[in-house]
Amino acid sequence: MVIGPFDLNALEVAVRLKERYGAQVTALTLGSGKAKDALRRALAMGADAAVLVDDGQMAPKEPSVATRALAAAVRKLGGLDLVLCGRQSGEWDFGQVGALLAEELGMPFVPFVPRLEASGDGWRLEREVEGGLLVVDVSGPCVASITNATDNQPRLPKVKDIMMANRKPIQVWGPVELGLGEEDVGEAANRLEVLELFIPEVKSECEFVEGDDGAAKGAALARKLWDRKVI
Amino acid sequence: MNVVVVAWGGDGKEPAAAAKEVLGGARRLADRTGGQVIAGALGPAAQAARGMIAHGADRVFTVEHEALDGSDADACVEAAEAVCRQAGEGLVLLAGDGLGWEVAPRLAHRLRAGLVTDCVSVSVDGERAVMTKPVYGGKAMARFAVRTGTQVALMRLRAMEPIEPDPDRTGEVEPLGFSPKTAGRVRVVERKHEEHEGRVRLEDARVVVSGGRGLGGPEPFRQLEELADLLGGAVGASLAAVDAGWISPQHQVGQTGKSVAPDVYIAVGISGASQHVAGMSGSRTIVAINKDPDAPIFRVAHLGAVGDYKEILPAFTAELRRLKGEPG
Repeated sequence: MVIGPFDLNALEVAVRLKERYGAQVTALTLGSGKAKDALRRALAMGADAAVLVDDGQMAPKEPSVATRALAAAVRKLGGLDLVLCGRQSGEWDFGQVGALLAEELGMPFVPFVPRLEASGDGWRLEREVEGGLLVVDVSGPCVASITNATDNQPRLPKVKDIMMANRKPIQVWGPVELGLGEEDVGEAANRLEVLELFIPEVKSECEFVEGDDGAAKGAALARKLWDRKVI
Repeated sequence: MNVVVVAWGGDGKEPAAAAKEVLGGARRLADRTGGQVIAGALGPAAQAARGMIAHGADRVFTVEHEALDGSDADACVEAAEAVCRQAGEGLVLLAGDGLGWEVAPRLAHRLRAGLVTDCVSVSVDGERAVMTKPVYGGKAMARFAVRTGTQVALMRLRAMEPIEPDPDRTGEVEPLGFSPKTAGRVRVVERKHEEHEGRVRLEDARVVVSGGRGLGGPEPFRQLEELADLLGGAVGASLAAVDAGWISPQHQVGQTGKSVAPDVYIAVGISGASQHVAGMSGSRTIVAINKDPDAPIFRVAHLGAVGDYKEILPAFTAELRRLKGEPG
């Protein structure tokens, strides 16, 4: 289970779990028809099925609304063991999608996961924290957000896989198929109002150091910084 | 307007630095609107309830439980929810540290409240709060209002200033009964620490030395570490350096990484994409070393050197070492 168009590392993790344990991987994203390209890529990388939640009849302006639609699709798919998403799933929702999905689905959430494996009746996950890693266990299904690591770099699909992916169907679900109404995913469901968007004015006040060569500039830079009495 | 601050962490005596900042911001907002500052002190922070009053709280609800040591987000979300329900409608401010990012969306979901993350400022307009945050990778700023009665703002670290603590301030401390239902769903079985233990945390560092694509590989980060060690600072990196695999993602500064606001930020070989600048533009003094005089990093920098870092950086470090009176 993978969500979001920028989440190829998460997809790589899912495909590796499939290769190791024989899972079924469904790629799921929310967006317009254009998001189908991302789903085709997911199919070419090894996802078995793909679902597009079409936001044409929705107003997912903030993560809570977008996640409600995604969670409805996850519930409709049903019977899954793991939900993976990227550590960031778009411009306005910095890291919220995983946590909110976990809330919507009533599952535990583990963020910043570079790798995981099956363990007992659930999962053993590594989680990046300040200064190191935690190894955590969860029983049953969970939601994890995947962070990039050297061992989950997305594979490059072969031409044959891309051809195959183009022949696979992509399911498209809208609010009707998901049983969602205006109050769930429409304009009124958004709790935030954008009052103003503005470009902050940045005036350069940079003082450039002079010097005959790099070494002279480096030493001059050090003296300027020292003179400011900030270190 | 009542302002609710839920705080965690700290050393068991004093509130955590991030909690003091948010309490200070809350105090100013409450004073402007004739409201109270109602704080929640979770786990070890409960021992610092008096300190929270000194830093601006009028009432402190303490919630103590072994699951509230900061490692179990499920328990923290439940406790934060209990505090907010007890406090009633208002503006909820949380510190945007690691746990804050995990707790805030889930708390807002349970309170059915609107949430604005990564706020750099909060002001009040009548009965509602107005939150300002960077959007579009830091290229623009947006001001938001929240339509729900309870409004949640996750504050960028160091965006607010603590007030001068007053040990004579009076306030009430009330313990809340608490038995978490979801604690223990995620169990820690092992902690693996990185090398460089003991070096200051990136978010707490007074000096950050960051490297980007211009470094050309992983080895030059050793030079950045040397400089960071000299200045008692931490090493950061741009997304490009992290994506190239030169340094682990925990060092990433920017919109998709950590936000820092040190006294001194030294950017080496970082072009200054708005994505990166969004995570460091609050730094008090920004020093940039880059070979491209038109690199956008110089637009936010206060001190700049144009040239090859391979020549500039060793001389810079050596001169600083001399000025500090340390042996080379």
